Amino acid sequence: MLNLKDYNIAKNVHLYRQGDLSIAYDVNSGSLHVLDDQVYSYIQEIIQVQRDNPQSLADPEKILRTVGSGFADQEREEILAELAELQKEKLLFSPEAEKIEPSYPDVPLIKAMCLHVAHDCNLRCKYCFAGTGPFGGSRELMSLETGQLAIDFLLKHSGQRAQCEVDFFGGEPLLNFQVVRQLIAYGKEEAQKVGKNMKFTLTTNAVLLDEAVADFLEEEGVSVVLSLDGRQEVNDKMRPYASGKGSYARIVPRILNFIKKRPDSSQYAIGKYYYVRGTYTHYNTDFYKDVLHMADLGIKRVSVEPVVAPPKENYAFRAEDLVKIKESYDILGEKILEYRSKGKEFSFFHFNAGLDDGPCLPKRLSGCGAGHEYVAISPEGEIYPCHQFVGQEKYKLGSLHDSGSYLKEELVQEFRKAHVYAKEECSSCWARYSCSGGCHAANVAFSRELTKVYPLGCELQKKRLEVAYYLKIREIEQRTLV
Amino acid sequence: MAKHIQTVIKGNLSLTAKTGGCGQCQTSCQSACKTSCTVGNQVCEK
Repeated sequence: MLNLKDYNIAKNVHLYRQGDLSIAYDVNSGSLHVLDDQVYSYIQEIIQVQRDNPQSLADPEKILRTVGSGFADQEREEILAELAELQKEKLLFSPEAEKIEPSYPDVPLIKAMCLHVAHDCNLRCKYCFAGTGPFGGSRELMSLETGQLAIDFLLKHSGQRAQCEVDFFGGEPLLNFQVVRQLIAYGKEEAQKVGKNMKFTLTTNAVLLDEAVADFLEEEGVSVVLSLDGRQEVNDKMRPYASGKGSYARIVPRILNFIKKRPDSSQYAIGKYYYVRGTYTHYNTDFYKDVLHMADLGIKRVSVEPVVAPPKENYAFRAEDLVKIKESYDILGEKILEYRSKGKEFSFFHFNAGLDDGPCLPKRLSGCGAGHEYVAISPEGEIYPCHQFVGQEKYKLGSLHDSGSYLKEELVQEFRKAHVYAKEECSSCWARYSCSGGCHAANVAFSRELTKVYPLGCELQKKRLEVAYYLKIREIEQRTLV
Repeated sequence: MAKHIQTVIKGNLSLTAKTGGCGQCQTSCQSACKTSCTVGNQVCEK
């Protein structure tokens, strides 16, 4: 028998329509169901009663007696029987996950590092959170010695973890390509000495990505994130050179040449992969056209993300943009299906959804690990929780040049404690185990606190998840048919 | 066979509260995403 005593459905089951499907996502088990119209309305009715009268949670029999009056008795019995069976199997209305906060070793175990090898850039992107390169400081390149200190730090603080990750970031890291080359050689050698493997990624605007650089990255197995915003007019408006001239004409041939070398790049960013990554702003809330433009160019791995910007900026989102942005995600979902059916398949990073094969709950609670598993290093050797905090004195964790290079304990703890369960707004949100409470930097930028979420970010995240689950269902249906 | 509900994915997420946490997975922001945490996009590497 279905037991809903004290069970808040809206908190634990997300019921929604996407395309022509009615979907139920069971938050605690991560299960996905497609419902017919009757069940959908039936559960909706129960949710509405619970919402209108929270006391009714204690008397679920009374709720079940009052809802479903429009159904024939037999139909209602069938629905109740199916719901009860799924509850018994813990696939729907499943018990709330035990509230176990993430636990960590006393000394932070650092497994990934963002290495700011160049606080300088050959572009002047208008939305750049690095202040077009220098992160509020001076335009500077990281020395080989500082880079080596960073790699030593990572190997020393990664404990038993066999895989360590280093991302070459900037500004534009290829402005310091010689140091990048030397650090890859150094990192691999030093990691091998201690029985570890060092995995490298590089985030570039592709301006300097010539054949020689591309071959080097290919040979060394470096994963690459390439920046492009989409259509020429969109890209060039926000990603010009210092002269004001747009970058599209130069970078697109280079990007296309590079990705040809990696036809089997993982959509889940595993192994040696590439992703072409763009940013959308208030100016292109129809960004699905930019994603499709890239897909039409032959780019198979696309990520386009919302800008994070102070409200005063012209390119920052306004409240009225939300409807258009959500519509863009809806259209993009349908277009992905259309392209797939025509044999022109591509993946959109934020529509990837790990469900039965996704991360465990502890990982979902703790999120990106900024400040205790993941750190960023400035060209001068200063340590910050992540690339977005670089240059913010309040968030400086330490320095590679300090004796022992210990991280500031209270700051480490502050980031460790900023997990999903610490965020009030997340406690009853259906997306709580899929977004980890959002990006720390975006939350701080909006609310000045790590544990207060960025509401627009939440709305966008939830929309992306809805489409992602829809596409997952469509993909599985297609596989079953084949 | 169920008439009204089709279960497409059977998950057991809440059980991993005790069995998970090995920490061998990739850092989530270290991939294609540099501005928003996307842990739900990842796959378990265990």
